[in-house]
Amino acid sequence: MAKNKKKLSRRKFLVRGGLGTLGVLAVGTYVFRNPIRRQIAGMIDTGETPYLGNTKSPILWFEITKDNKIILYSPKVEMGQGTFTGLAQIAADELEVSMEQIAVAHAPSSSGNMDDFATGGSTSISSLWVPLRELAATLREMIKMEAAKKMGTVATSLSVKDGVISEGDRTITYAEAAKDVTEWDIPDTPPLKDMKDYQFIGKPISRVDLKDKVFGTPIFGMDATMPNMLYGAVVRPTVIGATYAEADTSKAENMPGVVKVVKEQDFVGVVANSRMEAENAKNAIDVKWDIPKVWQTADIEAMIEVGKGEPYVIQKEGSPKKTLQEDETLIISEFKSPIGAHAQLEPNGALAYVEGDKATVMMSTQVVKITRNEIAERLGLEKEQVNIVPTFLGGGFGRRLHTPNGIQAAVLSKAVGTPVKCFLDRKEEFQNDTFRPPTHHVLKAKLNEKGLIEAIEHNVSSGDVAWGSPMLPSVVETILGADLGAWRGGMIQYGAIPNYQAISWRVKLPFATSWWRSLGLLANTFAIESFMDELAAKAGKDPVQFRLDQIQDDDRGYRLKEVIKAAADKAGWTDKVVNGRAMGFAASTDVNTPCAQIVEVSVENNEIKVHKVTCAMDPGLVVNPDQVKAQCEGAIIMGMSASLFERMYVEEGQLQPTIYGPYEMALMKHAPKEIDVVLLQNADVPGGVGEPPLGPIGAAIANAVFRLTGERLREMPLKIS
Amino acid sequence: MKITFSVNEMPQSIEIDDENTPLLWVIRDMLDLKGTKFGCGKAACGACTLHVDGEAVRSCSYPAKLVEGKKVTTIEGLGSEEHPHPVQQAWVEEVVPQCGYCQPGFMMATAALLDKIPEPTDNDIDQNIINVCRCATYYRMRKAIHRAAVIKKNTTQPVNSESDG
Ligand code: FES
Ligand code: FES
Repeated sequence: MAKNKKKLSRRKFLVRGGLGTLGVLAVGTYVFRNPIRRQIAGMIDTGETPYLGNTKSPILWFEITKDNKIILYSPKVEMGQGTFTGLAQIAADELEVSMEQIAVAHAPSSSGNMDDFATGGSTSISSLWVPLRELAATLREMIKMEAAKKMGTVATSLSVKDGVISEGDRTITYAEAAKDVTEWDIPDTPPLKDMKDYQFIGKPISRVDLKDKVFGTPIFGMDATMPNMLYGAVVRPTVIGATYAEADTSKAENMPGVVKVVKEQDFVGVVANSRMEAENAKNAIDVKWDIPKVWQTADIEAMIEVGKGEPYVIQKEGSPKKTLQEDETLIISEFKSPIGAHAQLEPNGALAYVEGDKATVMMSTQVVKITRNEIAERLGLEKEQVNIVPTFLGGGFGRRLHTPNGIQAAVLSKAVGTPVKCFLDRKEEFQNDTFRPPTHHVLKAKLNEKGLIEAIEHNVSSGDVAWGSPMLPSVVETILGADLGAWRGGMIQYGAIPNYQAISWRVKLPFATSWWRSLGLLANTFAIESFMDELAAKAGKDPVQFRLDQIQDDDRGYRLKEVIKAAADKAGWTDKVVNGRAMGFAASTDVNTPCAQIVEVSVENNEIKVHKVTCAMDPGLVVNPDQVKAQCEGAIIMGMSASLFERMYVEEGQLQPTIYGPYEMALMKHAPKEIDVVLLQNADVPGGVGEPPLGPIGAAIANAVFRLTGERLREMPLKIS
Repeated sequence: MKITFSVNEMPQSIEIDDENTPLLWVIRDMLDLKGTKFGCGKAACGACTLHVDGEAVRSCSYPAKLVEGKKVTTIEGLGSEEHPHPVQQAWVEEVVPQCGYCQPGFMMATAALLDKIPEPTDNDIDQNIINVCRCATYYRMRKAIHRAAVIKKNTTQPVNSESDG
């Protein structure tokens, strides 16, 4: 195995100069591309997404600058999840440079390193963990070999520290060693360092993008500028299913500041001298829409119902169907979750400059390659003629896994021949979101005479998450059938139960539903873990022990048990109500990362207040414990927000509400005063971090409310009647 | 119409065609200070918070014409890497930002809060810091706000005693 790998990276290594103005050297490597089927299947089962780079282009570029710094061009984008910091730590350790000597930048698509999987699914660090270390170690050895030549010695007698190579008291920097080298010797991939020898990996290093984010550096898509830039605005549909038919633009054409009104076959937009003028002119355009049907919330709710749509059995063990025959011992419960908006703070949009047969597009996107290809197709250019320059994202959460808005900026720019910046406003953002689909869950179970679960079944009906997304090739649909996004977190994780199954019912909704941080995990865990609590109560058992008793004895089961025990220990778990507060428990396993949470809740004036959250999580090897904790804190409060407040509805064909406030979200006053995160490490490679801690929170809160009030809340957002 | 005011201590004189132009676009697009963010344009998120004569305002909904003769401070003028404002220093020490987009607005709101209430209680924070952070960094923000209050207290005292002496 190991030998194979060596050959692979050696053969595929690539060197190229002249990237960037400071660059004296850039190197990259390829990874082998597995058949798509295996990748997807692997991802579903374990969350272990391999790096889906392209076989024809390198996945990572390093640039050694004249002042002896190293820039790592990342194919993964930074949207707050801390990936740049993790990648910098990993690279610095194998490269033997200090954290101050390494910078991470987004790779423009023209550099060739694009990731087919995009940035998402909590996979950035885990998928690059091996290739990045191998590449960094190889690069270090390559530089050493050049240093040896320049120093007239052999590489093996050299030592390296902080980007300086030395033999006795003779030293040479990486930049000096790399200078003027045109023909590099590429060694076999050297052995990677021992975990204990890493200086940065595993340490709570501060974020590499921290200063930019504290002192107001213009790093986001919306901050991008170009000389002679104009502003665009596009009329967007406000009604579900509306398609553009025709427009009367006569008024807009004569508005102040308007440079051009652009009519395309599928949209109408305007270019003006300022954002305000563009917006004003846009509002003066009278568009006729084709609206096939005026939808209402009740129509949508009627579609999302277990029993309707296409069923797919996604998990089955024993004979659940036979065991769950209808009789007086069959326990049935239902749960629901609403449509959720991404509501990321930076709206979508792009700054595009199309000059002749060349296009440059600066934007926040999680899908660099797809966006490039879509823009190229629309403009009739070759893919290589379009350069996407990714910026930092003002929030991703899955909202930027399809960013066709780059097309509109590009079309407008082409029409006027200057750079055009075109962004959505907040109402457009809310009404043109790719929503978290609503769900309906039906759970059935029977208990045996020992008070343990004999059989359990989870049915989830959900709008599509993964299907319809340009991210997944349609071939996957025929391979798998079920929507892998919708049922994330929907499987039964208690493997000692003799009979269980999970069934996913696919529903195609009339508006776009897609990836939302953790996909189906939040809703599925809310349903399953609320039901587990009900069953524990029926069995007269402690809910924590009840779960521990039904976990199988294997590696996965061991890791789940350990996080459950750690959470209970740390929180001082009790099922008694103490001083008007009750605890609630829930656990989930997502992308190979088990997570257990215990919340402390009170109810005052029918308002649910979360005082404290204890979170025990085992993401395997942790590259940066402080950032993993930050992800837990954020995911917990975002999950609370979705569980307690957020809900989109449909009225007269429009998705509502369209502004923060009416779209209720957790604010400072709702955030728990205490969040206690315990990290376990019962796996030796990094697992997912950004999404798993979102799983348990909704169920944990509902379970606490039940303990406190006796009321079982079955619908998110959780409201006390 | 012409408006004369100062931004981060620099005098500015600008011409706007539309007198309803929000201050946000003057700051971002005419003066090219991109630290102040657009989130909603309807005074509902706080991403655009800056100071006008020391008061926190949501610049997306503040007509630029009202700024005539006033002093505007944005995140770029709050402090610098070399001389961070206590709020920025606390934000760095607590490693608050995730995506970072909402953060300037929160820091500007916090700086204004500390001017009014130097040692805010949790309740003061809950009542006054009402911006939106989708990454939900509220837990660290609260810690950073308390920390900023301490830093501010400790750094302003020596200055006072100096001037006393
Ligand atoms: S942009 Fe001003 S409050 Fe949201
Ligand atoms: S840090 Fe991302 S919105 Fe606040």
